[in-house]
Amino acid sequence: MSEVLEVALRIVLVLGAFLTLPLLVGQTEHKAMAHMQSRLGPMYAGGFHGWAQLVADGVKFAQKEDVVPAAADRAVFKLAPAVALIPYLVVIVAIPVAPGWVGHDLDAGLFFVLAVMGVGVLGSLMAGWASANKFSLLGGLRSAAQLMAYELPFLLAAASVAMAAGTLSLPGIVDAWQPWWLLWQLPGAAVFFLAGLAELQRPPFDMPVADSEIIFGAYTEYTGLRFALFLLAEYAGIVVLCALTTVLFLGGWKGPFDEALWGAPGVVWTLAKTMLLAFVVIWLRVSYPRLREDQLQRLAWQGLVPVALGQLALTGVVAVMVG
Amino acid sequence: MKVPGAGLAKGLVVTLRTMGRRSVTAQYPDVKPELPPRSRGVIALLEENCTVCMLCARECPDWCIYIDSHKETIPAPPGGRERQRNVLDRFDIDFSLCMYCGICIEACPFDALFWSPEFEYAELDIRDLTHGKERLGEWMRTVPPPPAHDEHGVRAKEVEAAQKAADKATGS
Repeated sequence: MSEVLEVALRIVLVLGAFLTLPLLVGQTEHKAMAHMQSRLGPMYAGGFHGWAQLVADGVKFAQKEDVVPAAADRAVFKLAPAVALIPYLVVIVAIPVAPGWVGHDLDAGLFFVLAVMGVGVLGSLMAGWASANKFSLLGGLRSAAQLMAYELPFLLAAASVAMAAGTLSLPGIVDAWQPWWLLWQLPGAAVFFLAGLAELQRPPFDMPVADSEIIFGAYTEYTGLRFALFLLAEYAGIVVLCALTTVLFLGGWKGPFDEALWGAPGVVWTLAKTMLLAFVVIWLRVSYPRLREDQLQRLAWQGLVPVALGQLALTGVVAVMVG
Repeated sequence: MKVPGAGLAKGLVVTLRTMGRRSVTAQYPDVKPELPPRSRGVIALLEENCTVCMLCARECPDWCIYIDSHKETIPAPPGGRERQRNVLDRFDIDFSLCMYCGICIEACPFDALFWSPEFEYAELDIRDLTHGKERLGEWMRTVPPPPAHDEHGVRAKEVEAAQKAADKATGS
């Protein structure tokens, strides 16, 4: 009985994190981006500094008509938002936030997480193809190209940290992590974070959704709740990417102070690091213009892939020397 | 030497610094703007000062001031004679024509017209923008007191003349 209860509690907690954290990131983006552009952002919804803006947006999206274009491939078109969103929910299950605090502890957690995250991009490919719209198709093709280019450095950087820790289990990686890894794995961390951003199609890597030229790419034909699901997938993706970067490269629940002295629980550290990284994601979006398609490809193949390979070699050499 | 990536760092610094500063957004309907005292918002009329000389209406470049009046005879006081004065019946300014040049205010020899910073008098119909003397009179309450004279400025001619006379009297 207690086992069932525990599973239920874990599911509720994971679902709660999945539903609240993306909204928190979204609201932070509203406000931080506004102030970076010398604006105020939402001020009315909810009364105090527009805290309920995203709730209001959700209500608005729910009220809109759900249009499916006549020429669209109906089944695929309707399935695409779910394919984009569900993988991130599944990934959150495997991410540890504190010792023992994990939805489900997998032996090959890293492998599982990376494999499932790759599925998420499939959603925008499906949407791009099934919409029967030239802008959507362009966006879908660009998504595909971006996925091809950035999945490789993403995986290589993650492999480096797995090699350093000698395990594929995510809690195992955090346990093995030591502060000097920050320096040792720095190139890998940068490659992982940037490649993850590109996979999420966040600015400045948002060529596939470039709203000012191909009208949100694969999402052109989507309205109402399905469009909201795509947006939610984007923010859930940010949370997942930031949490993964925290777990793999920033030591997860380990804080800089002695735990006996500073009794901050591990959850707080994990969440603080994740939110800090989420802020960096927003910050990058505000600061940089969109990369052109060829610049995107060049950054991946000529920049990130060699750096990731170099990191892998460095990790191997140091791991052998230390071990 | 140029450090590679310096431009990228600079971009980040710019946005972060802007976030630290107060935003420039004016929350207009909630917070009224602080307008300078000489703002040209609307023209207010002090009816008591108007003598119906019609100078404003004649100087107005686009003829947006409409004035009607009649003469009234004031009964003679003991030992005096009857006087006549002009009574203002209608003083309308059509703010759909007005170009806010302020010539009427400059032209008024009796200080009956004033600039007010009040600007919230939009209407849904263009014909409703013609405001009568009652409305123009209400705006008198929003006219700010005139700014003080510049200490180092040239003084009025009368003051100079009086000063000169006073100097002469004490000097001789």
